[in-house]
Order: sequence, then structure tokens, then C-alpha cells
Amino acid sequence: MFSEMKIKGGKPDGPGLLNMENAESPSYKKQYVAFFAVMLLVMMVYLARLWYLQVLRGQYYRYQSQNNSIRIEDVEAPRGIIFDRNGVPIVENRPAYDVMLVREDVKNLKGTIDELARLCRCSPSDLFSVIDADKTTPDFDPIRLVPDIDRNCLARVEAELIRLPGVEIEIEPRRSYNFDGTAAHLIGYLSQITEAELKSGKYQGYNGGEDIGKMGIEYSFEKYLHGVMGHREVEVDAIGRIVRLLKEQPPVAGRNLWLTIDMDAERTAVDALAGKVGAIVAVDPDNGQVLAFASDPTYDQDMFVNGMTQREWLALLKDPSHPLLDRVCGAAYPPGSTYKPMVALAALQCGVITPSTTFFCPGYLSFGGRKYHCWRKGGHGTISVERALIQSCDVFFYHTGLNLGVDRIAKYVKMFGLGQKTGIDIPGENPGLVPSSSWKRRVTGHPWEKGETLSIAIGQGYDLATPLQMAMAYSAIGNGGKLWTPYVVKRIEGLAPGSVAGIVPRLKRQIPIEQRWFAVVQKALSEVVSDPHGTAHEVYDPAVPIAGKTGTAQVVGLDHEPHGNANKNDRDDAWFVGFAPAFDPKICVAVIIEHGGHGGSAAAPMVQKVIMAYLKSKHEPAQQ
Amino acid sequence: MMDRRLIENFDWSVIWTLSGIVCIGLLSIYSAVYPQIQAHPTNNLFVKQLIWLAAGLALMCATLFINYQRLRAISPWLYAMIVFLLAAVLVVGKQIHGSKRWLEIAGIQLQPSEFVKVIIIIQLASYFSSQEVATFPSIKKLFLPVAMTLVPVLLVLAEPDLGSAIALMAVAGSMILFVGVRWKYLAILILAIIPLVIPIWHRVLKPYQKERILILLKPNLDPLGAGYHIRQSKIAIGSGMLWGKGFLKGTQNKLHFLPEKQTDFIFSVWAEEWGFVGCAALILLLCLLIFLILRIAARSRDRFGSLIVVGVAGLIMWQALINIGMVVGLLPVVGITLPFVSYGGSSIVALCVGVGLAENVSMRRYVFQSH
Repeated sequence: MFSEMKIKGGKPDGPGLLNMENAESPSYKKQYVAFFAVMLLVMMVYLARLWYLQVLRGQYYRYQSQNNSIRIEDVEAPRGIIFDRNGVPIVENRPAYDVMLVREDVKNLKGTIDELARLCRCSPSDLFSVIDADKTTPDFDPIRLVPDIDRNCLARVEAELIRLPGVEIEIEPRRSYNFDGTAAHLIGYLSQITEAELKSGKYQGYNGGEDIGKMGIEYSFEKYLHGVMGHREVEVDAIGRIVRLLKEQPPVAGRNLWLTIDMDAERTAVDALAGKVGAIVAVDPDNGQVLAFASDPTYDQDMFVNGMTQREWLALLKDPSHPLLDRVCGAAYPPGSTYKPMVALAALQCGVITPSTTFFCPGYLSFGGRKYHCWRKGGHGTISVERALIQSCDVFFYHTGLNLGVDRIAKYVKMFGLGQKTGIDIPGENPGLVPSSSWKRRVTGHPWEKGETLSIAIGQGYDLATPLQMAMAYSAIGNGGKLWTPYVVKRIEGLAPGSVAGIVPRLKRQIPIEQRWFAVVQKALSEVVSDPHGTAHEVYDPAVPIAGKTGTAQVVGLDHEPHGNANKNDRDDAWFVGFAPAFDPKICVAVIIEHGGHGGSAAAPMVQKVIMAYLKSKHEPAQQ
Repeated sequence: MMDRRLIENFDWSVIWTLSGIVCIGLLSIYSAVYPQIQAHPTNNLFVKQLIWLAAGLALMCATLFINYQRLRAISPWLYAMIVFLLAAVLVVGKQIHGSKRWLEIAGIQLQPSEFVKVIIIIQLASYFSSQEVATFPSIKKLFLPVAMTLVPVLLVLAEPDLGSAIALMAVAGSMILFVGVRWKYLAILILAIIPLVIPIWHRVLKPYQKERILILLKPNLDPLGAGYHIRQSKIAIGSGMLWGKGFLKGTQNKLHFLPEKQTDFIFSVWAEEWGFVGCAALILLLCLLIFLILRIAARSRDRFGSLIVVGVAGLIMWQALINIGMVVGLLPVVGITLPFVSYGGSSIVALCVGVGLAENVSMRRYVFQSH
């Protein structure tokens, strides 16, 4: 290691010693003296300062530190309120009373806990476990011992407060949900910020223990809803009671949001869905505003507000009906026959069929040595595209699909927004799936088989779409080809409209299909309801003409099984997607009921209810 | 394997003084993070600091084995590497409390802005000891060292880490002054800075930095915001009185008046528990350490060696002066650690390497090269 140098000469100052650069080396003596003098001088000043602080003024500061302490308390900012489009508050804040414990100020912990347990009607061991869980909190920091006590309990604790040093009542704004579980997947929920989120840099200026939006609008509009935490400097006495308020920096409330949701339509959708597994979504075909958004089973957002136990959380996660799953845009289903109008439009535009083209339906199509059945065993006879849509003939679309080919179907269906996220302003969207030959080769390594084209032409096989995608696609069918990006937040209070991306209508594209073909399909869809042979004739009401399409999708996994209605889980998913009024649509609704059976009987009446509720409320706006 | 004479010239007094300061630091950190130690006896900042100290000691020893003369050759490479790392921090660095200062390498978080302080010392020493640079260098000869300093300073400022930038400039400035600067240049520099003060105040300084300067002039301007830290720090220091409250008996340090009490405000923790007597002892030890390091510089007959050691002394001195000045309320609050006392892995390791360099020079003060 020291090979590079050889020591010559025996003594340090012996001959041969080379003082490198000695001859020209300047003397730095003055600099050393100056260097050290500067430091000594400054350090003397500091010592004098310390003498002043610690000896001359020491008694004053000792008094300040012992008898009076100045603490900074956080004052939580009320979160923005969420209104529906007519000003009905959906989510508000209410004052919540929490029992806080400052351990440092408690004289007798056991006695205090026993007393509090008696007053709050809970067991002392529960309270001790709260304290144990908060071990890392310093003794002088308050622990939230009993959150959100009711009025009676508050009165009891208040009366005894004077005898319980270290116990405080804290009033905090807390989320309150005016309609239990309604639009829970859209609104989302709040929960305490995690260590990882704090470190991620996404939440700058947040402190541990603060609540943040974890899903839905609460998540995506967190920045606006959150507000700015305030602070209060208080002087507390020896047992931690506030002696006086020294200075206050009030919190800045979060911004209120106005949604595009219509609470009448929303409530109707939620009531219609109750007890079923599925989703209803309604949009305005003129601009993409989401009018109703319901997914069932739902969950109680209140559970998150006060924090839930590990067991409650696991129960929610493991619930076989997946209440946390957003079925409107977070889950994709085989669209079934609701796919057919788009296949028909593609075929008309490509010239594969004309409105007068007919195919013969004997009840099945033999192809590649297999029999592909029509849903009606007896067949539809000779049938045109209009009748094929009205009666949902599968064989007609087998022929049409074969003539179009998988890739042309994919190209057109994608124009309707399927197979990609719609871009709605909440997280967790499922892109669905539109298969193509290159997609299959890439994913499975096998080439596309023609027989598969038959399945996808009727919305089966690989096809997957979310109810929201279907609602947007049918809006485009109803409005003559305008595909909008859906959005749910219409206005952020205090911000000019248009200053935030996503709160103005955004046209994604004008679908390049001729208007006359849209007219053919629109007419057919209106006859699905109005024609006595239409698959959804049972919701026919001349006062409000609805146009739409039923879908009865075979459940994934049962694709190639001959399937009977053995039990509920083997039944088909029921779809209905429709808009009204049929030739000047103001609302478009998509409904899926998992294992609901037939689309015409299970799903169509729900669509009708939502349409009626919305058109009625639009006619006579809410009183607020 | 190490030559006897090298060992003879090892300056043990520096190590003893340093040990005293390190012990003070450990006692203070132990007290500052005591609640954490109780909650996690094996995984807390105190244990981490012990690990960093061990790593620093190991690196210090490793430094001794390489003849500092060889640094002259690798200095430009070290400089290039640290500039690269400083730039990398801005791109892939880890953000904590709004500033990007940390690089995560193999699970260890490092702060290149601490290491650049030592590297700039070597680089400047190498430059000023080269044959063609005379004392009282001309303006042309000063251009390069000033530029070499400003590149890392600007990168560090962008993180933003004002404290490290100031320390860098102070160290580089004192080294340049040490070599000697003509009065004319100093006068020009001062005249050039004066018109810059107003634009810097309005454009460069962030609102919180301005507040910290104003607070110094008017402590009651904003007692809740910027003034709060200083006032609490003063209460902590003052309440220590002559003899202090005793180890672990501090009450102010338990209050969360500062998120960084174990780093930048560690002095106030020490002052509260050990009083004026403890503060005076710490200040004396710091002065002694700098005196001893300067003595190594003065004894070295090699300009390169002297300048490295002067730089190390300057680094320790300026950090100590700025840190204590801010904690006692005489200087604006800026993020600078108290050398060997504050918690901080990169800072400890970089300073240990600095002291290792000083010992390196001390050991080889009679040795000469053979070529």
C-alpha cells in the first residue's frame, strides 16, 4: 500500500529530506492567526449570548419552560362539500366530538381510564388497547381515545371534565354522508394518510394522521377538497389546560364541488338496484355529464370515517360480493347483444350489408363443423338488420360478423370508446377488451380462428365492456356519432369553469359513420321497445319513447358449456342500454345485473325508472 | 505494514478532542430521540447514528492508508463524480420535506451535498498548490476556482439546500482568502454584491427564507410561524441555566417545537440539559479541535497538504459557527448541522473523511516522494 514511497534517510531532518516546494512555499502564519482569531472572536460572542440566555435570563426561561408551555395545535380544515347538480348536498361535514387524552397531564391513568370507560359506556381494556397502539406518540401529544361520541356521552364527559386532568374534548369537522351508501363508489371514502403516501411526495404539506381521499372523487379532487390546515398557538398550564390563545391562523376550508349527478335519478337507480348485484349509470348524451352512478352491493363510507378494525377491513375485502368493486367503470362484462348495434353500424358503413340485406335464420348457423345457436331455437326466418336488432337475432349477426371480419369489427367498436378507458375523472377504471387478430396472437400466441368471430359479433367471447363505456357508446349512437368523455364534477367553487381540465365537456371524436346509418339503427333501437315483438316491449310507454337494446350475456367461464338455469350464479348477466327520448336523447342509461337473467325483463325496467325520474326532475327542478 | 514514522506523527490529540465532541453528540441525540428509543429499542436514530459513526471511523482509517499526494491525480475525477451525483439527485433524488437531497444507493440514503464539501476542499487545494498559481493570484487565476465552486453551489441550491450551499461557499471563500486575495479584488467583489442584494431578496429567496431573516431583526413579527422555532429554541437554551436540567430531564426538547431537533437544533437539546457549563465545554472542545487541525496544517511543509487541512478546519469551523449562531438566535435559520454532534449519516461520514485527511497530512509531514 505504501510502495509508492520509499523512506530515505534515517532521521526526520536528516539529509535527503525534501521539503516539497519549500523554497517558494509562502508563510501562511498571518492567515493562521487570522483564521483562529475570527473563530475565537465569534465563539466569545456566542458564549456571551449563552451567558445572557442561560445565566442572566435563565430564571425567566426556566419559568417559561416549566410552568407555562406554549403548544401549537393543528386546526383541521373543513373539507369541501359535495353537491349534486341541483345543489342537494350529498356529502357534508358535521362537528364530531372526540375524547382526547394527554398522558403527560394525567395524574392517575388507571382511575382516569376506568372513569372514562364508565362515562362512555365502553370497556377499560378497549381504551387501554387504544393507548398501547399509540406507543410512538409522545406523552405530551393528545391521543384520540374515544372518537365521535354522541350528545349524551358528551354531556356526561363534560360534566366530569374538571375532575379528569389530561382529558380533553376536541371538536373536529368530520365527513357526513347524507345518503347512506349512495354513489359510494363515485364519491369514494376518506382514510388516514399512510406512511408510504406521506413519503411519496404527492401529498406535500400533509401531516401524519390526516385524512385523505382514497377512492372516487374524494381521491381525484383531493387537492381542491382538502383545504389548508390552520394552527393555533396556545399557552397551557401545568395540567395541560389551555390558559389562553396566543395566536390563531384559521384553517382555509376546502373547495365545494358541484357534481353532474342528478340526485333524483341517482336515488331511483340506487333503489332499483337494491338487493341485486350490478350497476346503473346514466349520462347526458349532449355533453358526457354523468347523471347517475350506482353500483351494488355498496359499502358504508361512515365505516372509514372513524377508522375500522383490521377485522372489519378484512371482512369488507373478502366479502364474496366485492362491495368495494366499482361495477360502473371498474368492472368489465361481456356486453352480449348490446354489442350488436355497433356491429350493425360497422357493417352498414363498410357496405357489408345494406338496410335491405337479409339472412335466413333457422335457429342456428353451422360453421367449421360446429352449430352456433340463435337464442330463439325456432329461428327468426328471413330477417333484415332492422328486424335482427329488434328481435336480437344472433344468426344475422353471425353472418354479418363473418363478412366484416374481426379486425373491422374491432376498428369500429373501438371508435365507440370500447377497449379503452373512457377518461372519467375518478380512478380505478377498467379498460375492457376489444379483441383483434393481432391482439390474440400477441397474448395467446395462437392465430385468430374464424369461429371466434361469430362469438364476438354477438358480444360474447373475449369482448368485455364496462357499463360506463356502453352508456357513452349508446350516447354516441343516439346523438349521431359524438363520443364524449364522461365527467362527474361540473364546477369547483371559486374556480372559473374551464380552469381545471375535465370539468368542461370534451368531445373525444365524431365517429366517421354516415348519419343515414345512425338513423337506421336509431329507428331499430326505438322499435326494440315500441314493436310488440321487440325484446324490451314491456317498458313501452308512448309518453316517453325509449330506444335501447337488451343484452343477455353468458357468464364468463361458461362459454362453451351448454347452460341451464340450475342456480342463480349460473344465470346470465342481464343488460339494457337505452336512451330517451328516442330521437332527441336527453339521457342515456346502461344497466347490468349480474346473473339477472334476461335483459328485457330484468334490466330494461330499471332503465325506464331512471329515465322517468330524470326527465321529471329536469322538467321541474328541485326546490333548493 | 505501516511505517513507524507514519504512526509516530499521527496526531492523537485530535482524536481525543473529537471523541469528546462525539460523546456530547451521542448524549444529546439519545435524549432528543428518547421516546423513540423506548418504543423501538433496536431500531432508532440513536442506533443508526452509532452505525454511521462506525462507518465514519472505518472510512477515516481507510483514508489514512492512501498517501494524500495521490489525491492530486484523482481529484478531478472525484470532482466530476460528485457533480454528476449532485445532478442525479435533482433527477432521481428522494424528496423529504419538499427538498430533493437524498440518493438511495443499495438501500442507504446518501446526501451528496455533504460529500461535495470535502471534495471541493481537495480540488481547490490541488489547484492552489500547483506550480503556476502564485500567492495573491491574479483575477484570471481566480476564475477557475470560483467557477469550480459555483457549479456545485448552484446544484445544491436547486435541491434546495441553502445550508450546504452556504457552507460550500464559506469553505471555498476561506481557502481563497487563505491563499491571499488582493485588496482590490475584495473591494470590487463587495461593490459588485451590493447592487445584487435587492434582486436576490425579491427573486431568489423563498418567502420562508425571507421570514427567517426578518425574524432575526424583529423576533415578534410572527411568533407562530418562523419565530416559533427560534423562541422555543431560546426557551430550551435559557431554561438550562448554569448547570442544566440534567441528562434526559429536558422538558423543552420533548415538545415538538422542531421537527429537526436531533439534527439542526441539537445544540439546544444539549444546552437545556447541561446548561451554560455544558455549552462552554462543547464550544471549548470545538475551538480546540479546530486549533489542533490548524496546527497540523501549519506543521505541514507541503502547500497541498496545508491547504487540504485548512479546508477541513474551515469546514468544521463554519458549520459550527453558523449552526450555533442560528440556534442561539443570532443568525437566520438555515439547515446546517453541528459537526460531529448532529444526527446525520452523510454529514458524519464526510466529516470523518475530512479529519482522516488531516491526520493523513499529519502522518506524512516528513515524508517525501521518490521520483
